[in-house]
Amino acid sequence: MVEKGKTEGMLSSYRVLDLAGETGLLCGKLLGDLGADVIKVERPGGDPARSIGPFYHDEPDPEKSLFWFALNTSKKGITLNIETGEGQEIFKKLVKNADFVIESFPPGYLDELGLGYPALEKINPEVIMVSITPYGQTGPYKDWKTSDIVAWAMGGNMAPWGESDRPPIHFSHHSQAYLHAGADGAIGALTALYHRWTTGEGQQVDISIQEAVTQCLEHITANWDLRQALPKRTEELRAGAGHSTTLIWPCKDGYVSWSHGGNSVLAPSLPLIRWMEEEGVTSEFLKEFDWSRPDFARISQEEMDQIEGPTAGFFMSRTKAELLEGAVKNKIMLYPVATTADMLESTQLAAREFWTEVEHPELGATITYPGAFAHTSEVPPRISCRAPLIGEHSKEIYLEELDISEEEFTSLKQKGVI
Amino acid sequence: MAKKLLEGIRVVDFSWHLTGPLTTKHLSDLGAEVIIIESRRRPGWRRGAPRSSSTDQYCTSKLSATINTRDPRGLELAKRLVGHSDIVIENFAGGAIKRMGLGYEVLKEIKPDIIMLSTSMQGQTGPHFDHPGSGHKLTALTGFSNILGWSDRKPAWIGAYTDFIAPRYNMLAIMAALEYRRRTGKGQYIDMSQYENGIQFMAPLVLDYSANRRVASRTGNQSPSAAPYNAYPCIGEDRWCSISVSTDEEWRSFCQVIGNPGLTEDARFATLTARKENEEELDRLVGEWTIQHTAEAVMNLMQDAGVAAGVVETGEDLLDKDPQLKHRNFFRELEYPGIGTYRTQVGSHFLLSKYEYELKAAPLLGEHNEYVFKELLAMPSKEYDSLVEEGVID
Repeated sequence: MVEKGKTEGMLSSYRVLDLAGETGLLCGKLLGDLGADVIKVERPGGDPARSIGPFYHDEPDPEKSLFWFALNTSKKGITLNIETGEGQEIFKKLVKNADFVIESFPPGYLDELGLGYPALEKINPEVIMVSITPYGQTGPYKDWKTSDIVAWAMGGNMAPWGESDRPPIHFSHHSQAYLHAGADGAIGALTALYHRWTTGEGQQVDISIQEAVTQCLEHITANWDLRQALPKRTEELRAGAGHSTTLIWPCKDGYVSWSHGGNSVLAPSLPLIRWMEEEGVTSEFLKEFDWSRPDFARISQEEMDQIEGPTAGFFMSRTKAELLEGAVKNKIMLYPVATTADMLESTQLAAREFWTEVEHPELGATITYPGAFAHTSEVPPRISCRAPLIGEHSKEIYLEELDISEEEFTSLKQKGVI
Repeated sequence: MAKKLLEGIRVVDFSWHLTGPLTTKHLSDLGAEVIIIESRRRPGWRRGAPRSSSTDQYCTSKLSATINTRDPRGLELAKRLVGHSDIVIENFAGGAIKRMGLGYEVLKEIKPDIIMLSTSMQGQTGPHFDHPGSGHKLTALTGFSNILGWSDRKPAWIGAYTDFIAPRYNMLAIMAALEYRRRTGKGQYIDMSQYENGIQFMAPLVLDYSANRRVASRTGNQSPSAAPYNAYPCIGEDRWCSISVSTDEEWRSFCQVIGNPGLTEDARFATLTARKENEEELDRLVGEWTIQHTAEAVMNLMQDAGVAAGVVETGEDLLDKDPQLKHRNFFRELEYPGIGTYRTQVGSHFLLSKYEYELKAAPLLGEHNEYVFKELLAMPSKEYDSLVEEGVID
């Protein structure tokens, strides 16, 4: 059934059919990196997500999307038009030998094609279908549209962030919401697989992108539920505090993340104050201040200013790298606001051999990718191959696995089925 | 009662704060027996009364046993418990669990097929393995802060963002390890770095730097492929609605909804390229329309016309207003008898077509001591009483 010869992985006996678009690409990548045999099924001409930038050398081309590369490692690729009758028959044949189907079409779309979960379940009762949609398969919003900024807003992860004189803010660049949903899809897939081993049946895993975002909230729902409190949309004044606290500080060549929390577990001040003193940055106030005060959160703004003033000066005289080095040495909870360039230079990531060089022979290039998401003592996850080219494995799957003849293959191609 | 999905899986949970507890919440809400090992001596975290903090949300369906692991007898109890378990999870600072005497090498001797997962800031190895931190600060190191905020201002703040990426990778690793154990009989050690988990969500920008040497920075709420694309002010105090328009068809629908179909003919806004060039003016126009409506009305009008739009929801919107979340029973109400109720979501981030979740309120500190020690470890009552008295079971 599933072809052998692939490097052993935790999921190496499983076959995945990945129909997902932009919103669900991470799901199949994660299963693939864990060793599953993932086949990306794209429409003839390639998935629309291949038009999402950034692009290799800024050349917009469906075979040069870095966005696509990043989220489609460890997958094979075939093309198939499932809107044609012949395409549907081929897809059903593939489903017979599949363990998972991942899809991100609007609810009901696959049902109309006769490829919804109830239909696939009849073909293969063990198949697990992971459906990733904006709001889930049910409910009054199920047919509504989303986008990253809409998902972030409706998931509740936008209202508290930003500054009071401007709109609420969300992350720039590619969608974070879709990555959360994609990861949740992979977890759902393996949860349903566990269930299959006890019940013998597959099922549908229903992912809502809105809900995936709502699963990223710290205290926001509890604050409303328990105290009817809504956080104010400002960076620095925390609820109940007697002062504003700076959280992101400018330094010589960028910014660092640091906050003075007195003796709090999550933001202890003393390690930094001691390091500053060693470096000759101190004041009478800092020397005499009682850092064990249990009421630190309620100290006055004047007191906080006397603490933050010298701190700001200290940071401005040093680079991110210098501050990180001192923070590591002195066990200070200070981290730089890293850029992607900084991350690629990280000695920690280098020591853990995190980065993975992936060859792209068609481009004559090697590109650095984030490596394994886990260090495991058994068969660690890994990128087994770069993202597939459009239809790269069509012949292999159709001719060798489904026993379609060369003539038939050519005819299907001419008819736009593959 | 139907069998619970993870029935028969026992988890020893040494974790606290966010990443660990959110990971084990996935397991406990699916019916695994997750036993939180905690101590009345440990500061912070679960000291509050029930219904006082988010920790009630993170600890649903779990059991609680209190052990002073600094006492050698306490350590021995923890080890005995591991001998009866399938999974061990901890999220202390890098290296700490080993120093406590509960490292994988030790636990593997007790239970050869144990699956142990450590989730820490930067992993168990490398020069920065013990650099203290929290998700708040790690969000900066992982590059997220640099791509959040306005291009003319310093990076914005988004709390402990990476604390919500790491649990997903933890859950995935645990589920994969359970499958691997089923197939091979082998357990394993899983060393998770929240730093490395977070960078997975930066992947396209990492490739952009590697291939093009472009350093990604923050660009406010802008998208290269949509305009309008922002949160717009609405009637009410600090009320906003996000709107995004990508295709020309959506732009036509949008202009219909705001009662200004002529706008599609306006050269400044006729194409996406033009709208991007005149985005500031466009945002102003959109805002002048939205401010006359409630956020809910803007969302409904736009979505009915096929344009993506959504209320910038607050905690109140999520819990008490959003009809979609209500329909899907996203927040479950749980009860502390005699104390009151609270609401939280299911630890698994999906619905299953053939399984219903059942949640229980988070346990009180030490609530399951008798079950864990007397039943599970078959400890005689006399020994139990004296360990309680001596503060080993604290």
